[in-house]
Amino acid sequence: MKSPAAYTELFVRRYNPVDRTSRFVWAVIRTVLILGFCFVILFPLFLRISIAFRSKVDIYDPTVLWIPRHFTLENFKLAIEASHYFTAFLHTVYISSSTTIIQMASCTFAAYAFARLKFKGSNILFVLVIFTIVVPPQTIMIPLYLTYRYFDLFGLIPLLTGSKGLNLIDTFWPFIISAGTAMGLKNGLYIYIFRQFFRGIPKEVEEAALVDGAGVMRTFFRIMLPNAVPAIVTVLLFSFVWQWNDSYYVSLFLKQVKVLSTSLMDMGVGLKEPDPVYTSMLLNTGVLLTIAPLVIMYLFVQRYFVESVERTGITG
Amino acid sequence: MFKKPMTLKQKNAWFGVLFTAPLIFGMLMLFILPLIQSFRYSLSSLDMVEGGFKVNYEGFANYTSLFTDNPDFPRTLVESLVNMVVNVPLIIIFSLFAAVLLNQKFRGRPFARAVFFLPVILASSAIANLDISSFVGGGPIGGSSDGSDGSGMLQSFELNKMMLESGLSPVIVEYITGAVDRIYEIISSSGVQILIFLAGLQSISPSLYEASKIEGATGYESFWKITFPMVTPLILTNMVYSITDTFSSNQINLLISETAFKVFDFGMSAAMSWVFFLCVSIVLAVSTGLISRKVFYYD
Repeated sequence: MKSPAAYTELFVRRYNPVDRTSRFVWAVIRTVLILGFCFVILFPLFLRISIAFRSKVDIYDPTVLWIPRHFTLENFKLAIEASHYFTAFLHTVYISSSTTIIQMASCTFAAYAFARLKFKGSNILFVLVIFTIVVPPQTIMIPLYLTYRYFDLFGLIPLLTGSKGLNLIDTFWPFIISAGTAMGLKNGLYIYIFRQFFRGIPKEVEEAALVDGAGVMRTFFRIMLPNAVPAIVTVLLFSFVWQWNDSYYVSLFLKQVKVLSTSLMDMGVGLKEPDPVYTSMLLNTGVLLTIAPLVIMYLFVQRYFVESVERTGITG
Repeated sequence: MFKKPMTLKQKNAWFGVLFTAPLIFGMLMLFILPLIQSFRYSLSSLDMVEGGFKVNYEGFANYTSLFTDNPDFPRTLVESLVNMVVNVPLIIIFSLFAAVLLNQKFRGRPFARAVFFLPVILASSAIANLDISSFVGGGPIGGSSDGSDGSGMLQSFELNKMMLESGLSPVIVEYITGAVDRIYEIISSSGVQILIFLAGLQSISPSLYEASKIEGATGYESFWKITFPMVTPLILTNMVYSITDTFSSNQINLLISETAFKVFDFGMSAAMSWVFFLCVSIVLAVSTGLISRKVFYYD
């Protein structure tokens, strides 16, 4: 049995020619628009792929539009060599996956506390969290750099060892520390998303768990987290991808150690190629190599991602 | 001695403190202290000495020299702010539009959604800096446009003429054609916003639409009377997000970083960032003030 409105709709669709045409016209316009936007988004990607397989001869050949005439993998070889791809790739994977997991933990805990475990000053703390989103990262850039350059943990390390603090630049510690304390890249946003999501889960569920004898920890791990899977998928993808693409924090904290985004920036210098057009072609190949793992990953997870969007309560 | 057992509320509060302990720790060490220090640096000049640095208090010298001596700063600041003010409304309008489109039922919707979220994956400052247009500009394949080279201008030239002839004011025409020319930039920076709007649209109860349909509302009416008011809180969220999102890739931030790590003028760089922060705060305060008057909460 359908609802009455569904029947009305059926009736209108079948017997009302004006409505029918207007629906049809809208469907056509919608299709054109969506195809157009998809084209605009995909075009640069396809262009990059097409360029990456061209040989040096093809770039000056105006008759080559999409399919390269002299198909070659030379560009990839040169780009991989110039950017030390494999070491950079490994570093990027280390940083991205470790920070993703760690900040997931710290952000969900904090967000749960903001949503349900109210304590004195928790509102002020939450306002501060929102404040961290609004302050441009460049404002605290220098003190942050100096914090990690002479890392002393509020003066504790000099007190214990007598040295002048640790130099954490060029290690992965800055990323792990800031992820663990929920102060990493865009962590304020993640806390906000999780808080909204936890607030959307009915209080009764939790009360039932309490009556059944579950403590706070148990409620959190057995009830709240399984319910928050859509939000977790979204944030996992975001944090992995943003950390992967980030060039600001990595270039601030890693001077010698290279990750993909920084090695890409230095690639132009390392190429020693006299022809600027060919250089930019190789750079383009480098960009493709940097984003390729992400695009491949996205092909696999996008289904869950798009589905989870439907159920993510980022809403108010 | 018996200790009084804690009430549930107290117990929860203690767990709350426990759960946020890392955050509080990080907030102090990596946010509040650096913020205070940064302000202090902006009022002084830093000298590198052996094993550390020395801070010399100089008052507002850095701030005054920013606007009197520095050739780049005022221009870059104005450019970045104008860019922000121009782009953010476009991004929000486009992402709302795209979200409404993607929320309708049609064949191939999963594919369209996957494509629309692709820019979230691809958008990054490292890649944006090496945009493909640098290649297209130099190579013979320049005929194909991605919106940022010459042929994009040519396309909107016709549109421009058409709209001017139909009697629109030149300012609006300029704005719209500018938006058309930068369509790639706008699309690629609105992935997250589309997602937020889409989640919001999903949460609107279908019974509202059903009721309005029975009352005889057209699609146009139900958009402006139901959909739009229901997503206004998200417009606020999206606006704040879009504004902060520009931080990663705008000119002024580049200038601030360069001043710090190429010129090694830490005091000047800190002063720049505080001026920028102040301007952004003003933009945020004015726009949230304007929008939150119109925001509708369905509670």
